[in-house]
Amino acid sequence: MRLKITAALSAALLAASGTSALATTITVATVNNNDMVVMQKLSKVWEKETGNHVKWVVLEENVLRQRVTTDIATHGGQFDVVTIGAYETPIWAKRGWLDKLNDFPASYDYNDLLAPVRSALTVNGNMYAVPFYSEASFTMYRKDLFEKAGLTMPDQPTYAQIEQFADKLTDKSKQQYGICLRGKPGWGENMAFLGTLVNSNGGRWFDMDWKPQLTTKPWEDAINYYVKLMQKDGPPGAASDGFNEVEALFATGHCAIWVDSTVAAGMLEDPKQSQVAGKVGFAKAPIAVTDKGASWQWIWSLAVPSSSKKEKVAKEFIAWATSKQYIDLVGKTDGWVLAPPGTRMSTYQNPDYLAAAPFAKQVLAAVQSVDPQHPTLLPVPYTGIQFVTIPPFQQIGTTVGQDIAGALSGGTSVQAALQSAQDSTTSAMQQAGYLK
Amino acid sequence: MKASPLQKLIVFVLGWGAALLMFFPVAWMVLTGFKSEIDAVHSPPLLIFHPILSNFTHVIHEGDYLGALGNSVGIALGATVLGLLIAMPGAYAMAFFPNRWTKDLLLWMLSTKMMPAVGVLMPIYLICQKSGLLDTLTGLVLVMMLSNLPIIVWMLYTFFKEIPGDIIEASRMDGAGPLAQLRIVLLPLAGPGIASTALLSIILTWNEAFWSLNLTSSNAAPLTAFIATFSAPEGLFWAKLSAASTLAVAPILIFGWLTQRQLVRGLTFGAVK
Repeated sequence: MRLKITAALSAALLAASGTSALATTITVATVNNNDMVVMQKLSKVWEKETGNHVKWVVLEENVLRQRVTTDIATHGGQFDVVTIGAYETPIWAKRGWLDKLNDFPASYDYNDLLAPVRSALTVNGNMYAVPFYSEASFTMYRKDLFEKAGLTMPDQPTYAQIEQFADKLTDKSKQQYGICLRGKPGWGENMAFLGTLVNSNGGRWFDMDWKPQLTTKPWEDAINYYVKLMQKDGPPGAASDGFNEVEALFATGHCAIWVDSTVAAGMLEDPKQSQVAGKVGFAKAPIAVTDKGASWQWIWSLAVPSSSKKEKVAKEFIAWATSKQYIDLVGKTDGWVLAPPGTRMSTYQNPDYLAAAPFAKQVLAAVQSVDPQHPTLLPVPYTGIQFVTIPPFQQIGTTVGQDIAGALSGGTSVQAALQSAQDSTTSAMQQAGYLK
Repeated sequence: MKASPLQKLIVFVLGWGAALLMFFPVAWMVLTGFKSEIDAVHSPPLLIFHPILSNFTHVIHEGDYLGALGNSVGIALGATVLGLLIAMPGAYAMAFFPNRWTKDLLLWMLSTKMMPAVGVLMPIYLICQKSGLLDTLTGLVLVMMLSNLPIIVWMLYTFFKEIPGDIIEASRMDGAGPLAQLRIVLLPLAGPGIASTALLSIILTWNEAFWSLNLTSSNAAPLTAFIATFSAPEGLFWAKLSAASTLAVAPILIFGWLTQRQLVRGLTFGAVK
């Protein structure tokens, strides 16, 4: 009897030690976007399945970028999985900061990933990040206000039409603004929208010799249009409105048209977050002289930094978090409208998702329409639509954003703002060694 | 001289005006914590709304509030106790045995506070990383203590200077060594000053965000880092952020309210001769 008890205890101890030896804790750095909050909650399912643990570090976007950069550059190894965007992936991959992610099991089905999304995360034929959710830009408008005014939004509006609609729908006495657009300075704020506006006007950030092009006609046309339109039909204090502020304005019924990220659709259709749920129509991003680069692309992705000492488990986790099974899990537990959008074709073939997300087709069309490898009408030496995938771009984009916000708030003329932007960009490119 | 009714009215209005101006952001933060996300961004802002508790329950359940609270308490107390232990002998020496370098030394200590913290971020980060102190309570206690040390030394020096040197001299004549002088003479006489220094150090450490955000990830993250996790680049978050901020400042506000008499007494110690 005693022998049996000893044997049983030994077996239990062995089993316990075996489990603890196999269990690994990985640290995941991420932002507080709604889809990531859902991932945090559902990661318990993965923990239960694998016996591993996830420690979450949730940071503000810019702090996350700075912390992760510092950690990887100093080989700190604090993070095993990092949330990065389409801007960082090619830059960090070229520096050898990220592990290759080509070896997931066949069930992962790489071919199911949407081609433009996969392409943006691939460098020299290797994937360095996998998409968690992605977004493009499109036009959102108030169907009820359009109907009342006898207007019809075409499937592919032009910027001239947008201005006509905005003029007609502005009623400042009712705090109803014909158009709401980002104005807060920042490479990921006002410059995200303005990048697409400039592209669509036939402009580009740099020519093939990396010479800044900010005083060319397409830039002048685009920024003059933006400033005039916003001063005429936009909300007051627009120079301090970022994505969240404009979303709040639109969700509380103050805007008739908003050109921004497709990710806003889910928020505007959620009655808990929006007073205009069910009244919002969607159309393609407006165009001016070309549709090249008229809609942006951003991909929130998961990557494994090369400084991680737990790559195997980290890769297992991100393969799970970006899989078809995970999307299915979100649909079943949290509702299909919350399924991570813009990454897999299978999501857009799922009748449950199509029924829950009235904007699904427009989002798919927008995500598939982008070509970050050829973002502009004229040839350019860079990739990226609303950003340029070179290290100095964060600083350049934010400085130019500040100049244009100055013009928007009336502190300076468009011409002076663009000249200042051209000068600062030239100086930054010289310092970074792109220009002699 | 007796103040005229008009003077009294002006003082009353100015006093209450200043108090309301300072209290308004805190009150608005607390109110916003009880709003839904859509009410939180309503324009014009809502004063009457249907209050909800879900932001607080979300913040407590989704974030590690208790863990962050424990870290904040540990870091604030640790940095304050360690800071006092180091600063008291220093201030004692400078107050009662000054030499020609004392003033320069004090000014140099204070001048370290004039440099923006970000200027030394990389060296401190690398030191913490190489010595295994990143994301540890020990690391943060040391950095916070060093960050507040100049202020602690200065305050203690000022309070010690108020004590007549003759009393220290007399105790020395009676055979009291430095430790006995500190315990028997200085502590009772400068007690209110030491207490207010400790309280100020606790408050400064509690509210410090720069080092917390840069040197911690999860294990040692205090409430300031906890608040930052609720801001989002995409999506409404003001109500949840306000709820998190309310929960983060509540302990120190209550602590400050309970100790306000001590704090004011210490800060005005020696002000009226």
